[in-house]
Order: sequence, then structure tokens, then C-alpha cells
Amino acid sequence: MSSDIQIAEAPPGYSGEGFFATSIDKAIGLARANSLWPLPFATSCCGIEFMATMASNYDLARFGSERMSFSPRQADLLIVAGTIAKKMGPVLKKVYLQMAEPRWVLSVGACASSGGIFDTYSVLQGIDRIIPVDVYVPGCPPRPEQILEGILKIQELVKNEPLRRRNSPEYKALLTSYGIQ
Amino acid sequence: MENSITHEFIAERLQEAFGDRILASEFSYDMLSVEIEPSAIVDILQWLRDDRILKFRFLTDICGSHYPDHKGKELCVIYHVQSMENNLRLRLKAFVPIEQPEIPSATSLYSSANWMERETFDFYGINFTGHPGLTRILNADEMDYFPLRKEYPLEDGTRTDKVDEFFGR
Amino acid sequence: MTETTIMDQTTEHKDTALVEQTPAPHTDLHTEYTTLNFGPTHPATHGIFQNILTMDGEIIVDSEQTVGYIHRAFEKIAERRPFYQITVLTDRLNYCSAPINNMGWHMTVEKLLNVEIPKRAQYMRVIIMELARIADHLICNSVIGVDTGALTGFTYMFQWREKIYDIYEEICGARLTTNIGRIGGLERDFNNQVYSKIDSFLKEFPKAFEEFCILLERNRIFFDRTVGTGPISGERALNYGFTGPNLRAAGIDYDVRVMNPYSSYQDFEFDIPVGLHGDTYDRFMVRQAEIRESLKIIRQALDNMPQGKYYADVPEFYLPPKEDVYTKMEALIWHFKIVMGETEVPKGEVYHAVEGGNGELGFYLVSDGGRTPYKLHFRRPCFVFYQAFPEMIRGGMLSDAVITLSSLNVIAGELDA
Repeated sequence: MSSDIQIAEAPPGYSGEGFFATSIDKAIGLARANSLWPLPFATSCCGIEFMATMASNYDLARFGSERMSFSPRQADLLIVAGTIAKKMGPVLKKVYLQMAEPRWVLSVGACASSGGIFDTYSVLQGIDRIIPVDVYVPGCPPRPEQILEGILKIQELVKNEPLRRRNSPEYKALLTSYGIQ
Repeated sequence: MENSITHEFIAERLQEAFGDRILASEFSYDMLSVEIEPSAIVDILQWLRDDRILKFRFLTDICGSHYPDHKGKELCVIYHVQSMENNLRLRLKAFVPIEQPEIPSATSLYSSANWMERETFDFYGINFTGHPGLTRILNADEMDYFPLRKEYPLEDGTRTDKVDEFFGR
Repeated sequence: MTETTIMDQTTEHKDTALVEQTPAPHTDLHTEYTTLNFGPTHPATHGIFQNILTMDGEIIVDSEQTVGYIHRAFEKIAERRPFYQITVLTDRLNYCSAPINNMGWHMTVEKLLNVEIPKRAQYMRVIIMELARIADHLICNSVIGVDTGALTGFTYMFQWREKIYDIYEEICGARLTTNIGRIGGLERDFNNQVYSKIDSFLKEFPKAFEEFCILLERNRIFFDRTVGTGPISGERALNYGFTGPNLRAAGIDYDVRVMNPYSSYQDFEFDIPVGLHGDTYDRFMVRQAEIRESLKIIRQALDNMPQGKYYADVPEFYLPPKEDVYTKMEALIWHFKIVMGETEVPKGEVYHAVEGGNGELGFYLVSDGGRTPYKLHFRRPCFVFYQAFPEMIRGGMLSDAVITLSSLNVIAGELDA
């Protein structure tokens, strides 16, 4: 039975009697990655699959996302699940702007990633037209296991993020390309 | 359910009551479909509702349609009404010209007509006179054309990420 | 700790100080109505629609609605897609009970083509539709529980929705947006796994459902929150075009499955639960009772499943079996015609309604003989009855508005289409 349990890899560092020393960005990365508070921005069918991911069978809380924050001020991860219409675009952008750094965006489903099957005049062809996205989860709707994999990939990004990334010129250039100060 | 009211009976009664404001009637796929003069719609709906025998008291649906080839009768407003007591359904169609697409609003009779007429206006540009607030409901307010008309394409022409050749357009 | 003692002291002082004075009447204070924005992104609106509420303190005076935040132009897309590709769109209307929409669309096209579906396919369709209805009502009722603060019901009932998803996966391969069935019947017969899964669902679900019922149905707190909130009378409901569980909670027993039976519903015995006052508690209880009726229907359909083919002979749309396509010339030609879209469809217009999870879901199809419909209009029940929401919440409190909204079961996909 003990062979079923996999211990996660510790980041490189010095360990001794009762202490473990590593670089600060690795420690902060670990802390952030395992306590991401998502903001479920669920609009349509992918929202129901997201609800199934949150529910007891494919529990999202075991990955640290215990508290679904519905206030953007208190959220780390914006999960956009479902079609975003052009009417909804400004609302999504407002919610994104209200989030504090560091923030990540997970785009769940084909509609949020690229417009999906709705190549019409009223649907925004992907949320990366208006906000920067970190991870895309394809599917229509994606199975809960895929959404969980998306969250795990976000956790990888969070763990390995350098501390000064949000102040770097590349990141600032990315935000200005979206019109975000 | 055994029904003594036949579709011929309904068509006859409508013809008696409204004469030449009933333009045509057709019975297909278990439903009687009556083409009427647009100005008569509120009177006809009220008569159908108040008639002691027919009792069409439920407005099921209002939608529109666009036939660009029928000159003078391009836009069409289609009403589906239903009689729950007699288990009957009826379809009323009113054609309006595209230069002046006006038809009286049914909101005085049925509160459910409010949003259904707004949706028809949003999609086809049909003006329902007497509506308490005829504005766009599903599309963005700034939109300046009526998208479900046949001359407009489905896709947004300004999008840059999809190459139309690959999709056969 | 210190805060509460300071508060206690101040209230104490207040009580003793004001014992001789009369409190100031409300008319001396300058009050105005406040505007509160309820949505579009809000944890309690299940779907994105906006209500701007005008409030007098905690009482709602008026509300202004904005919808269309997820308008995907289904009707325009439907004019560009062949008939069998529109099933995919109907999935996304009421996505909590997608199979009902699929079956309704298939029945509309079959009505246009004047095709008679074999009994076995009809019974299979009934089983699938009733499972979808159970799934839809489970979401609605557990979410009413969540909005009153009872989160346990949600986690329990979602476990059982996973079982229903299991059954769908066995039948068609997908969980939520199922695209079940074909025009003319179903694409494959039920195999033994399907029967055993449905059987075990019917055996185990009622016990778990009773636990959910015990949690909420006679709960004093739930009563106080839901009885009398968001009421609507039968006549007003009819005037607003209500159908489905919301209308039945207001006292009118209109059910499309009984009035215009389709797909052999006349062979089954089931009751139509009806409420009295049209308030939130009645809507909740009507849905609970409908889940039990659906379980009865599935049991009857399983027990009396007739033998026979699971598809009708619809050469215009039903793909011939692959063995025939590879060996017979006729089947090959039909396969080619169907896929390239050169089959002939009669001209005409047809309206067909099914009892969806929220009411009468109607399909108005105008065909001009071409590959795609000339016009397709979905009569969406949520769009029609959501207009009544301001009238239902007027005079109530904000928290009542939240519960009324969740008890109406407004699904954004069906609202905007």
C-alpha cells in the first residue's frame, strides 16, 4: 500500500535536523500553488461541468481550492468556463481588473478558448481577445478530469514563477497590449 | 382526447367574424395556419380569447421571419396560440412590408408578449406599435442592424483568427 | 470579545436613556430608494443575467432586467447547418437536461418527414428523457438548498447526477452535451451495461433521495425561508406564459406529455403534481414530486420495453449501417447523399413541443426543401417566464429574491439562446 502513495518532490535546498532551507521564491511558489482561491466565472454548460468538478466526486478542494471566492478582490485564479458573448466582454474585463496581482486565468472549454462552435456575430472568439490567459482547457465541455489537469498545470506555473515576474517589462508589455495599465 | 372542434370549424368562425381581414388559411402537420391582415392582430387575438367556444387563452410564442423574395410582404410575424381547455393550437401569420414594418403590439392582452416582441424587433426590426418599451433585448444595444435578416452573414466579418477558406465560406 | 462588551454597554445605556422618550417617526428622516446591482456575475444568480433592483431599505420596490449576456445566435446558426448538425445546438439550450432538447428536435424533423418511430425507440427515448428530467430537477432543488444555506444537499445530489452521467456515457459517450439519438431513432441499441446501470440507479437512488427530502422538506428553517416567497397566482402565470413546474406550482395542471402526448407517453401511468400558492416552497415540492413520478415512468418503460428495431427507416437522415455501406450500392448512395447534403426534405412548417425541464420547449421549423432549415425558432420556456420575475419579487426582501430566482430554474443558455 505504501507504494501507492507518492510523496511530492521537495524543491532543491538544504535540510537538516528539524529545518529545511530553500530559496524564497520556491517556498512562496509552493504556498501559493497549493492554496489557489478560484473565482468561478461560469456562464454556460462548462459551468455545470465545473460544478461537477467542485462537487464530491471530482473534488477540487483537495488541490487547495477549498474556498470559491466570488469576489475578485479575494481571488487568485479566474476560471472562465463557458461562452463569453460580446455583451459580456466588458464585464469580464472589469472582473479581471479588480483582481490583485499575482493573478492567473484558466480558460475552460472551447467557447472561452476560441469561441467554440459559435462562430457568430455575437460571441467573443476567445477570451484572450480581452484578457491574458495562462492555461487553456479544450473540450466541449471538458471532463472534470481535464479541468483538474488544467488546475494542476496552473499549479506548475505558480510554483515555478519568479518573484519579479509581475514587474518585468515583458509582463508590462503584455498587459499594455490588452489595454490594461 | 376526443375533440369536437375541428380545424374547419375554427377557420369558418374566423372567416365569419373577420371577413376580408383573413387572407388565407392552410392546414398542415396537425395545425391550422391562418394568414391575417397585420392591423387586425389585436382584435383577432382578443376575439379568440373571449370566444365562448374556442377559448384560445394562452399565447405560446411570437417570432418573425424574413422572405426577401416576396416583394411588399418581406417580413412576417408569426403568433402561436393555444387553447388548454380544448387542447387546440393555432398559428397566425401577418406579413408586413420591409419599408414600413409595423404591427400593433399584443402586450395589452398578454404580458408574455412583451419580451417576445422585443426579441422579434431585435432580430428583424419589426416595429410593434404600442409596446411599452421596444428596445433590443438579446443583442448589444449599440448594434445598428437587424442580424437575422437574410442579407447579413452569420460570422463576424472583422475577426482575424479564423481563415474562411478552411471553413468553406 | 471587547467589542461585544462595549456593544452591550451601549445598548444598555440606550435602553435606560430612551425609556421616557418616544422614538422619532420615520417621516422625519429623509429616505430615498437605493439602487442595487444584482448580477451579471453573482454567486447567487445561476447564470448571467442582470437585475438592477430599486430598494427601500431591504424591501424591493422595482427591478429592471437585462438579459442577453450569453446570446449565441442559435437561430441564425441553425439556418446554416444541416438538420442533423442542429442537434448539437439544441444540447446547449437547457444544458442541464440536454437529452430532452435533442429528442424534441428529432421529433420535430420526424414530424416534418411524417415518419413513424418504432415502439422500442420511443420507449428508449422516454427513459432517456425522464433521466434528464431527474437530473435537471436535482440541480434546481439542490441549488435552492444552497441558496438557503444547506450545502449538504448539493454535494449529495451531485453524486447521483454522476450516476446519471454514467448512464448517458454508456448510451452515447458524453456526459453533459449528449447529442443523443438520431433523426429516426437512436444510433445504437441499449446494451446490457445500460440496463444494469439503470436498474441499479432505480434501486439505490430512492433511498438517497429520501435522505435529501428529510433534510429539507419538513425543515423549519427552510419553511420560513421559502413559504410565501415569490408567489404568483395561476391567472397571472398563464398571462405571463408560464409552463412546466412553475405553472404547476401555481395550480394549473398543464403538462405537454399529457395534453399532446409524444413518443408513447400515453402508455405510461403517472400523476401530475400541482401546487397551491405558486410560491418557492410549492415549486420545490412540485419538482420533488416530479422526480418520483419520473422514477415511476422509467420503471414502467424498463419493465415493458418492447422488442423491435431501435430506428425507423428514414433514408434522408439516418445513416445506413456500415456493413451495408461497404457491400450494397444503394446504402452507399444514401450515405453519400446524407453526408454531402443532397437529400430531399418536404417543404412546410411544423411546430412541435415537448415538456422540457422548465416547461414547454417548442420548435418552429420552416423548411424550404433545402439542406438547412429556412427558419428555426426555439420557443424557450425560460425566456417567457423570466419576464414575470419583477412582479414576483416586488415587496419582498433581497434574500427572497435570491431564492425566487433559484426556484424558477432559469438556465442562461435557454434564456438567451
